[in-house]
Amino acid sequence: MYVAVKGGEKAIDNAHRLLAKKRRGSLDQDEISSDQIAQQFPLAVARVMGEGSLYDEDLAALALKQAAGDVTEAIFLLRAYRATLPRFGESLPMDTGKMRLSRRISATYKDLPGGQLLGPTFDYTHRLLDFSLRGAAKDAPVAEREKTEPRPDEIPLEQTPASCPRVFDFLVQEDLASAEEAAEEKSAVPDITRVPLTLPACREERLQILARGDEGFLLALAYSTQRGYGRTHPFAGEIRIGRCEVWIAPEELGFPVLIGEIEVSECETVNQFSARQDEMPRFTRGYGLAFGYAERKAMSMALVDRALRAAEFGEEIVSPAQEEEFVLAHCDSVEASGFVSHLKLPHYVDFQSELDLLRKIRQGDMAEKEQKSVRANGGEV
Amino acid sequence: MTEHSSASKALSPVQAARQRWMGILARAKREDLAAHEQELQSGAYEILRAPETGMVMTRARVGGTGAPFSLGEMTITRCAVRLENGVMGSAYVAGRDKRHAKLAALADARLQDADGERWKKELIEPLAAAIAARHRKEAAETAATRVDFFTLARGDA
Repeated sequence: MYVAVKGGEKAIDNAHRLLAKKRRGSLDQDEISSDQIAQQFPLAVARVMGEGSLYDEDLAALALKQAAGDVTEAIFLLRAYRATLPRFGESLPMDTGKMRLSRRISATYKDLPGGQLLGPTFDYTHRLLDFSLRGAAKDAPVAEREKTEPRPDEIPLEQTPASCPRVFDFLVQEDLASAEEAAEEKSAVPDITRVPLTLPACREERLQILARGDEGFLLALAYSTQRGYGRTHPFAGEIRIGRCEVWIAPEELGFPVLIGEIEVSECETVNQFSARQDEMPRFTRGYGLAFGYAERKAMSMALVDRALRAAEFGEEIVSPAQEEEFVLAHCDSVEASGFVSHLKLPHYVDFQSELDLLRKIRQGDMAEKEQKSVRANGGEV
Repeated sequence: MTEHSSASKALSPVQAARQRWMGILARAKREDLAAHEQELQSGAYEILRAPETGMVMTRARVGGTGAPFSLGEMTITRCAVRLENGVMGSAYVAGRDKRHAKLAALADARLQDADGERWKKELIEPLAAAIAARHRKEAAETAATRVDFFTLARGDA
């Protein structure tokens, strides 16, 4: 337990000034603007929005700047800001099948309707540091654009990848996988920010928690399932990244309206088959969805989602990634870093009592040993 | 942008037209809308609900097609205005741009007013064209990264 302490105002004030100095770095360099971060660190922004559980690129960029690039701290800042905003309502369920794709790949079908669209990906890069990126580009914007935009002659005329079918549609059509259907529309969609979670959780609650969960934690758990701790034999059935329309239905209007688009990353895995009683074996599926361009997060989430469905498929629960309570209680970086960080708070009283206890035990031990040795010596004499 | 218009109960032609332009105004670039600011602001109007920023919980579906779940919140700004003659306009715009929301609400009112057809021609259609052009360009850029993978035959001789 920690105790309240007083004093230190001046030191704290100076420490904050020093933090501001550290954040700003050398005054020889231009200050970075949050707009620049929003534009040029889109993947860091995506992570902060996803785990901060608030889609707003400008706020996430500001949080990253304020946190001096500490992603976990930026997520904390965004969560705290989120708590100050009123909630106007909920969106209609997004139709991710109709997203405007900027990337779409499948590792299970080579030639699939709609095709494989690589989009802006790190895949196939050589992971060699590109020293031409050092410093700021001195090129005029026009030259810069020529370097980064696709060459016009390489853009096919017949391009628009209109909404393409999902990979799982093919498997469902052949009855090789179960359709993902809303059994009956629940009267209320679960929302763990409104109704505290009770275990066992439903899959909708699990997905909400995983969507805001720490990418590193989920990545490690996903990896652990691949290494044999709760194996699920996954294939990356489909990965999509693109922009999805968001619709809301304000009561006073009497009809739904489109408020804008958000970028999301979606991953669906095809996993080992399972057969329920009196049923033919079918592939099972894991699902991941995250704000922004966040492919690794979406993939990790899909693997963990599938691992957490162990009970549903009658699989033995033996590994961390399959343990609902373990995963859900520890995947939130704000909670985790909060509890780890609280160890920095004054625990002086607690520690004093531990110290006293240890001394007493040792004194007791020592006295006992002395008695023993006296007895032993006495016996010899 | 017809998924929910067709899925929900049939809308009257008036509602359908309004639904369309509200969606266009929400997605318009702020600077494209700001170009019409002076005209949108001209004439008396009353602010019914000052631009206010809040959040909407976005929902998606399990596996894309299953039960709805809560994904995370997004910022949204709403605004409502009333013209002198009583016509009311509303706006719901993703993000925190209060000026955008106010201009969209004013435009929604103007579009429902007597002069609506002109506003449709001079404001909405160009905005719709700009959005479509942006989408076409992005789709073309993505299409340029379409690949055909060849699988190499495994020698089993």
